[in-house]
Amino acid sequence: MNNWIYIAVMFAVSYAIRILPLTLIRKPIENQFIQSFLYYVPYVTLAVMTFPAIVNATQSPLAGAAALVVGIIAAWMGAGLFPVSVLCCAVVMVLEFFLVH
Amino acid sequence: METATRPYAFSRKVFCEGMRDGVPIALGYFAVSFSLGIAARKAGLTPVQGFFASLLNNASAGEYAAFALIASGATYLEVAIITLIANARYLLMSCALAQRFAPGTPFFHRLIIGYDVTDELFGITIARPGWLNPFYTYGAIALAAPAWAAGTACGIIAGNLLPLRAVSALSVALYGMFLAIIIPPARKSKVVAALVAISFALSFVCTYLPGISALSDGTRTILLTVAISCAAAILFPVKQEEGNQ
Repeated sequence: MNNWIYIAVMFAVSYAIRILPLTLIRKPIENQFIQSFLYYVPYVTLAVMTFPAIVNATQSPLAGAAALVVGIIAAWMGAGLFPVSVLCCAVVMVLEFFLVH
Repeated sequence: METATRPYAFSRKVFCEGMRDGVPIALGYFAVSFSLGIAARKAGLTPVQGFFASLLNNASAGEYAAFALIASGATYLEVAIITLIANARYLLMSCALAQRFAPGTPFFHRLIIGYDVTDELFGITIARPGWLNPFYTYGAIALAAPAWAAGTACGIIAGNLLPLRAVSALSVALYGMFLAIIIPPARKSKVVAALVAISFALSFVCTYLPGISALSDGTRTILLTVAISCAAAILFPVKQEEGNQ
């Protein structure tokens, strides 16, 4: 398996997804099932990728779990992408200072 | 005013407004793609490969999912499928953008705008009233795309140099960004909130369930996403206006 071919495959697919509606399919999608499916996909896929992966990404699972909880609360209270990201990192940084030796 | 008759015409002012709005996006991209670089390094990508992967893809979740699959030695087809699933939302965004091109806009602008449809760049582009002036978006892309690619390359390089403690902390940056994307809509919609909770739960179960846990992370993500989203689309069809937002 060649990394450059992987990158070419990723580019071909992600560019096609963005360019097809802009060039060929200029009409809005009418089918309610497809429309609903596409609407739900980002939330489901991001949620699936976040948990439990975030807990296993850190040295201490406890720190990852704390970052998850703090991240959810911060995002719920309206913090943007960058603040939530930084906050999650800070939580792990501080907790692992005590948890990991 | 030339931009009144031809809303797609180049204007230095519009381009600079795009760059101005692109600054915070570029800063955030650099930080988050740094954490993406850590994932790319695990997949065995060199800094140059990481740079081009990000320059050509401009997708956080899509790239992350693909890197996880590459790390497990997946086939090209699997990588194509996960890229399709994780980036499916850009299809909707491009549909919305397609409606905003002024009549008479030269065709090549569609090809360039399509290069960098992301949550953030779509957000600032669609938020501007009236016909789309591609040069506004180009101003933001001029800063955001290099920052995204450079951050990934730096993450791959620095992942080797940084102490384990720092890598551990930075590796949650990407998940923080994912949370910031899914939680605000979950607050507004009970259906989305329930879906996020169910996705968390099923993802957790499938990670440890014998049999399913033997599948790679990427394959599990594909199966769960398709299954849960299909079920939700059948049980809770979205009304036209919600889907187009």
